[in-house]
Amino acid sequence: MKPVLLLARRELATFLNTWWGWAILAMVLLIDGLLFNAFAMGSSPRFSADVLEDFFYFSSGTTMIAGVLLTMRLLAEERQTGTIVLLQTAPISEGQVVLGKFLGAMGFLFIITLLTIYMPILIQVNGKVSWGQIGAGYLGLLCLGGSAVAIGTFGSAVSKNQLLAAVIGGTVLVLMLLGWLLARITEPPISEVLSYSALFDRHFQPFMRGRINSESLILYGSVIFGFLLLSTRVLQARRLQ
Amino acid sequence: MIEVRNLSRYYGDHRAVDDVSFSIEDSQVIGFLGLNGAGKSTTLKVLAGLLSPSAGTVTIDGVDMEGHDVSFRRRIGYLPETPPLYDEMTVTEFLVFTGSLRGMAAADLKRRIPEVVIQCQLGGQEGRVISELSHGYRKRVGIAQAIIHSPKLIILDEPISGLDPIQIVDMRKVIRGLAEGATVLVSSHNLPEIEQTCDRVLVLKDGALVADDAPGALAARLNTGLSIELTLTGTGEAVTAALAGVDELECTEILRDHGDRVVVRIDMVRDVRETIVQALVGAGLGLRRLEDAKDELEEIFIDLNQGEAA
Repeated sequence: MKPVLLLARRELATFLNTWWGWAILAMVLLIDGLLFNAFAMGSSPRFSADVLEDFFYFSSGTTMIAGVLLTMRLLAEERQTGTIVLLQTAPISEGQVVLGKFLGAMGFLFIITLLTIYMPILIQVNGKVSWGQIGAGYLGLLCLGGSAVAIGTFGSAVSKNQLLAAVIGGTVLVLMLLGWLLARITEPPISEVLSYSALFDRHFQPFMRGRINSESLILYGSVIFGFLLLSTRVLQARRLQ
Repeated sequence: MIEVRNLSRYYGDHRAVDDVSFSIEDSQVIGFLGLNGAGKSTTLKVLAGLLSPSAGTVTIDGVDMEGHDVSFRRRIGYLPETPPLYDEMTVTEFLVFTGSLRGMAAADLKRRIPEVVIQCQLGGQEGRVISELSHGYRKRVGIAQAIIHSPKLIILDEPISGLDPIQIVDMRKVIRGLAEGATVLVSSHNLPEIEQTCDRVLVLKDGALVADDAPGALAARLNTGLSIELTLTGTGEAVTAALAGVDELECTEILRDHGDRVVVRIDMVRDVRETIVQALVGAGLGLRRLEDAKDELEEIFIDLNQGEAA
């Protein structure tokens, strides 16, 4: 576990020490703040729970975008600059490399997400919402963000080009978000699989309303595990190429 | 002791390394020579654990690489041609990171880093950010990360490429110093450079090992001792005229003619350099320099190929 934490710490430090990390952080906070003010708050009186639900709805989008943007350089940059050699010749497994990178990006995404807490607090000050809804919403954001980070890590493992890594990660993520649309035009059991694996529609919306489904936690856990495993296999396959 | 047995590596259908076998004793500096595409970088990558071999075995002190991938890497230090460095880190931060990555405890790192700094001649650079370092220092930091964990086998891929003459002299000292307690494998396409730093030379061509010998023995085997290069005061015509009467010359080539000074290479059938000098000085030409001609690696390969054909 030590090398995993070492890699995660380095990744986190890189995000905190480069303009890239701060730019993503600023982008998320700016867009979240704007959407919160313009749409979630609205101009007419609303229930606090609805405002909070809308906040999580908008935040889910920025969290997923941030997840892909944070991960595009994780492994692609190491390959581009040749520093991947340090990791490949160190006595650590590919799985540890991938997990360390994932945890580093997740750590920074966690910081970004945490900084949006002032918006639910504003709702709490001016209205009344349950801390349970806030907690469930943030848990959902981290699950969705974790899935985006895992998918982005896979994109970064596949491509040496950071832009292409983001395109691959973004495309896979969008396909997994649109599963419910595809489910409409397909027949069971494929439609059921697509509907179940859709990241947002069936699984995130309950979190927005303060409900935690174990089924959704399992799906997000599986997506994260699956894409980290795929990333590991990609790195392992490079030794055989 | 490092043993490589029947090592082969394919990229698709292309055979980059073809049934290579050799063994290396401890505390030796081994030169790995080959032209571009000869398979030396692929062989080094396999030895460093970056690529899996298609066939064959690599053992260090009897431990087979296969099945011990992760633990095996503790025994190896690798510097690719372009040093893998995190530019935003200071030299010390980078060495702490790479040492920790290879499982070193903080106390060990505290003891080891000053040793490595001295060994790689990095004194005074410890606190500098890597992006600010010159090419020569970057190479040394690259070597420092390769030896920080005291590996048994140190692999340096083209460690002198891109260095200026002063840096090359320093790098030679660094490489020689590494052999104390470890085996060092240095790749290069520059034969004179390898001759000065290595105890033994392995030559690869088209993925196969075509020579394995001490640098001097290799040169003698290829008759490089029968070629000399001279700098003389005089003209090219005068040199050619003076040498016309000397027997046992295979070939005379004017390399540079500056009008009043000429550089000439002479290939001899047998060693008749005294006769040559007498003829030149007798013709009134001033001898400024005489030394064994250094054969380029390409010529060595031509000779090796001719040997094979014969």
